[in-house]
Amino acid sequence: MITIDTISKKYGKAEVLNVAKIEIPKGQSFGLVGNNGAGKTTLFNILLDLIRPTTGLITNNNIVVSQSEDWKNFTGSFIDESFLIGYLTAEEYFQFIGDLRGMNVAEVSAYIGEFEDFFNDEIIGKKKYLRDLSKGNQKKAGIVAALMGNPEVVVLDEPFANLDPTTQIRLKQIIKNLTENKEVTVLVSSHDLTHVTEVCERIVVLDKGTVVKDIQRSEETLKELELYFSV
Amino acid sequence: MHFLKLEWKQFFRSSHWQKGIAIKIVMAFFALYFIVVFLGIGVGGYFILKKQFPEQDPLQIVNSYLLYALLGDLIFRYLMQKLPVMNIKPMLILPIKKSKLVHYVLVKSSVSFFNILGLFFYIPFAVVLIIEGYNISGALGWLFAIILMIQSANFLNFLINKNTIALGVISVVLASLIGLQNFGIYDVTALGGQVFDAVYTNPIYSLIGVVVLAVLYNLNFKQLKNLVYLDEAVSQKVVAVKSADLSFANKLGDVAPFIKNDIRLIWRNKRTKTVFLMSFLFLFYGLIFFTQETYKEIPAMLMFASLFITGGFALNYGQFIPAWDSAHYKMLMSQSFRYRKFLESKWILMVVMTSFLYVLSFPYLYFGVDIFLMITAGAIFNIGFNSLFLLFAGSFNRKKIDLNKSGFGNTQGTSATQFLIILPLMVLPMLLFWLFNEFVGANSGYIVVAAIGVISLLCKKYAMNFIEKKYRENKYIMINAFGKEA
Repeated sequence: MITIDTISKKYGKAEVLNVAKIEIPKGQSFGLVGNNGAGKTTLFNILLDLIRPTTGLITNNNIVVSQSEDWKNFTGSFIDESFLIGYLTAEEYFQFIGDLRGMNVAEVSAYIGEFEDFFNDEIIGKKKYLRDLSKGNQKKAGIVAALMGNPEVVVLDEPFANLDPTTQIRLKQIIKNLTENKEVTVLVSSHDLTHVTEVCERIVVLDKGTVVKDIQRSEETLKELELYFSV
Repeated sequence: MHFLKLEWKQFFRSSHWQKGIAIKIVMAFFALYFIVVFLGIGVGGYFILKKQFPEQDPLQIVNSYLLYALLGDLIFRYLMQKLPVMNIKPMLILPIKKSKLVHYVLVKSSVSFFNILGLFFYIPFAVVLIIEGYNISGALGWLFAIILMIQSANFLNFLINKNTIALGVISVVLASLIGLQNFGIYDVTALGGQVFDAVYTNPIYSLIGVVVLAVLYNLNFKQLKNLVYLDEAVSQKVVAVKSADLSFANKLGDVAPFIKNDIRLIWRNKRTKTVFLMSFLFLFYGLIFFTQETYKEIPAMLMFASLFITGGFALNYGQFIPAWDSAHYKMLMSQSFRYRKFLESKWILMVVMTSFLYVLSFPYLYFGVDIFLMITAGAIFNIGFNSLFLLFAGSFNRKKIDLNKSGFGNTQGTSATQFLIILPLMVLPMLLFWLFNEFVGANSGYIVVAAIGVISLLCKKYAMNFIEKKYRENKYIMINAFGKEA
């Protein structure tokens, strides 16, 4: 589904990312871990064509992301709060994204209805602008918006950060359901090794911009990762 | 001492200083201008009063109006001034005594802009008094009393802050004082004058001001010390949502989501709201020009005014496209929609507002058909040429705008682009108008300016293709620039 081919990014002389090749097949749940500055967000930004790579290219469903914009139709993403429109309420924001994804009012409200548990009464009907919500609640709104319009590819940067324990567990369930039928490809980055190993079948470890581990999940994966990071 | 160091850094690292050299120069120029004007009034004030009212003592004239100045100042402060209390949030958890923090906030407030502005008038005035042979200790005592009065107003304002009843009381007092004076029931002006005259003759009275100030400061201190909690004074106000039904916009089809968004953008953010409301003030711009004989000789200046009358919104809003959306620009760029729709929505907004302002400008018919034709030509130019040109110029915008910051006098997002675009937007139509009006005559001036508007409108499709391409080319640069803190 997604091919990352000799992607590198340099700022001046400093190279922040250098990935030789990663193939992500359709339906895979792909986890990206690494310490601060490892290049996780940069890689996602390049995948979403928000930053241009110095070398190489990324294809999403055979579309080179920097050459055509057709990948946007089947790709949903949430990177950080700057993906929210601060002066809208959550409902208005969902409707806006829904409009862009070709959903009508009824479809949007039906979709939002599915996430009632996930929102836990903290998002909908609150008469608050998104900018006034707490970080965790902002993240909930952003994640749900990213999943709108049945995307085939979902990109979430640090989705577990700032979420309360209940929501973390619910989010893990949502991600598992998404990849259950091998239809949706999910890319997740995280600092939390437990969460990633739980939801992702494949985990790639980045360090200072390069891939240092690329493992299929097994019983030992969590231990292996903990050992690697405990240096 | 630490606090002073922080203040220093806050001042010099604020976004005002991190600007292009051109803006720095312009801003310095404006600051200088205002200082000179105030100094001029202060120094010249004495002599002007002396000339106008030769039989009266200038000091007494000033004194008699000080009472009104004080009350007016209070109302102005009430509306504009806030205690700079958010500054201490990061220090609440550090080992610093709370009372020290509160003193810091209060002392900081006493050197605020509101307290200093007036001194540009009072200090030179007092200096002139001394030079003119007034009693030195009297003049100094008088100045001292005034400074104390300004400081007292400063602290009184925080005590009554955001208390609507207090505002009502002050307004009523001010209104009734003016009323008493005007209807000759009681000579308030004289009473106010006597009080301050007494301070001049007996400078020792100014010490009463010290007592007042001390009491007010203490009250503030006590009140604030109990409120230094995150859910009290040190909290950001959350505004409740006001939702309006915008479903009428759905008729516009594909552009509708963006139009709705833009309307909300304008209405829910301070700065954009200021732009919106200011555009109605621009309507009155013509009154300055059309009523003065001098401008009648220079029709090009009248053209300038005509452009402003209908163009207030397009110019002020348009020049910062797409920086208004800078906060969530990344998200927009990862969504699937044609960039055209986004631009089209801004264009429709500018055209609709310009047309609306044009309708509101109909009363200018009073000044004659010529003026009205000029406004019409200006409106057509604004709709046809300027709205497209502003969109194009927007592709050069690289400065982020933080919508949460206040609107008035905020120059965030300003760069050389904003200065350069004035040329084609304003100077070009003025020049063309002048050329044709002067050398071809008849109504050719109006016709040419309007014609450019019409031609631009007819070429809109091509222009939009070109503009869209520009935005696409600049996509990464803009994402990067908008991601940086302004």
